[in-house]
Amino acid sequence: MTTHSLSSVHSPFSFSSSGAATSRRSLLALLAAAPAAPALAQFRVEIAGVGLRQMPIALPALRGEGAGSEKIAQIVQADLERSGLFRGVEAHDVQLDENSLPDMAQWRQRSADALSCGSITRLADGRFDVRFRLWDVVKAQDLGGQGFVVVQGDLRLVAHRIADFIYEKLTGERGVFSTRIAYVTKAGGRYVLWVADADGENAQSALASTEPIISPAWSPNGTQLAYVSFESRKPVVYVHDVASGQRRVVANFRGSNSAPAWSPDGSQLAVTLSRDGLSQIYLISAEGGQPRRLMQSGGIDTEPVFSPDGQSLYFVSDRGGAPQIYKVGLSGGGAQRITFGGGYNISPNISPDGKWLAYISRVGGAFKLHVMDLGTGDVTALTETADDESPSFAPNSRLLVYATRQGGGEALMTTTLDGKIKARLAGKGGDLREPAWGPFQKY
Amino acid sequence: MLTFKRIAFIAAAAAVMAGCSSGVKLNDASVEDRNANNATSGVTGVDLTGSDIAADGGPRNVGRVVYFDFDSYVVKPEAQGLVDANARFLKADASRKVVVEGHTDERGGREYNLALGQKRAEAVRRSLNLLGVQDSQVEAVSFGKEKPAAEGANEAAYAQNRRAELSYRR
Repeated sequence: MTTHSLSSVHSPFSFSSSGAATSRRSLLALLAAAPAAPALAQFRVEIAGVGLRQMPIALPALRGEGAGSEKIAQIVQADLERSGLFRGVEAHDVQLDENSLPDMAQWRQRSADALSCGSITRLADGRFDVRFRLWDVVKAQDLGGQGFVVVQGDLRLVAHRIADFIYEKLTGERGVFSTRIAYVTKAGGRYVLWVADADGENAQSALASTEPIISPAWSPNGTQLAYVSFESRKPVVYVHDVASGQRRVVANFRGSNSAPAWSPDGSQLAVTLSRDGLSQIYLISAEGGQPRRLMQSGGIDTEPVFSPDGQSLYFVSDRGGAPQIYKVGLSGGGAQRITFGGGYNISPNISPDGKWLAYISRVGGAFKLHVMDLGTGDVTALTETADDESPSFAPNSRLLVYATRQGGGEALMTTTLDGKIKARLAGKGGDLREPAWGPFQKY
Repeated sequence: MLTFKRIAFIAAAAAVMAGCSSGVKLNDASVEDRNANNATSGVTGVDLTGSDIAADGGPRNVGRVVYFDFDSYVVKPEAQGLVDANARFLKADASRKVVVEGHTDERGGREYNLALGQKRAEAVRRSLNLLGVQDSQVEAVSFGKEKPAAEGANEAAYAQNRRAELSYRR
């Protein structure tokens, strides 16, 4: 894909080609042993909730949107709404593109604070030329835009890049719409590990198995996935290169091997091994080799996760009689208990900015997603559901993805950290579980 | 000590040679029947230890599943007979191996339940050790809540799932 910046609307476009990034589609390869799986059926994104500050934005359809297979403006709108910071404004009846000079008064009347319009054109060689421009309606200011030339298969990626551009211009923070999530489906005795766009679409199969797959974990640079597979009829930790489909066993010691977590520099993994008779946490090189036991506790230690500065490990331990979340420094010192509310707290995940701890707490028999402000210790319950699992932060620390049970099936949800805006990434058929949100990547 | 299979092969080979040289059949299987596609048919005929081996390679007519109470990781007295019988089978031949698979009911997180299932598998492994089975013969692993024996969010299903299974992987 080639990306161009758009110059001011009053002068012709200047195509300064910013380095051509390889199409992301070509970066994903199927594991040789897995049958060629069709992409998972279309996800419906159901977004619910009212946020404190949702900027109203108008996203009319791109001129020529019948040309490509994807409804670009709708994908952008869904992305922005899922972030919790935007609300789409009615814009069906207009014909605008990136060269238009919109009537700001008209848009202010429709209560829009921002407007994005553009075009999509099919080129003679079969590729598509997509352009857009973003306007600040309140200040009547041209905020710039971009142009892309892509093959059809990359149109969704273009929509996500547009959403990222808009999000960053209007919030000052990096958007996560071009990132990926990994998750596992179970359907009819078959388990598949998928890598999909952050909105759940474009899923590609990384591993298919008749035995369970759990605990996928992205490497910090987003090129590898660690996970636990039971294909050998015991839990074994693998590291899987997403682009090539090659994988290696990292931990297959006597007993069970599970709960892989990457150090922030990507050089090692923390894992739970039962090789010494109890489930305990060990550190091991990402290439495999001899594990180093981290602590000796008389109970179960598991679910390790590194702090973003790489200096500490958060983990679950029932050394006190019931599972709670603890923190231990990696250069020595004892473990410090972090969770005190309730008698069962598990599945810690730390936001990349180091400020938040997401976890699952059992409350009256229900398993519910909570978030703790690590600065103040304040805890908020985020959901109305009773069977939440596996929280994972988005790389901008603003959203969480988690698995839950809804309507008799397992589904993936995203939520803002205040719990106010939630979106269901719903699939057709099969139970979805074990989500892991991938990092920012250069494309 | 020779393994069971090796003893059987030698005995079978001896039977073949005896059959060829003297015309006396030592077992029901004729020389013509002893084709290559099923060594076990020859083995059964010269079974030296009695047919106490089931299809999975473990003890015949002996249970494989130890059930646990809620939040419990100790082998109940009711299961001791089963554990004893499996221990005897394993002790009879130090080359025999078993994988003890621990499981939990479906409530709770996957990784923590993996560790709880491990505790159940380890409890059975320790019981086998105490009865004289060697460490090298037993591996304790866990499936956590991933492989329920019974589906359902009710106590009947939970009770079926809180278990450790002795898996003889022939």
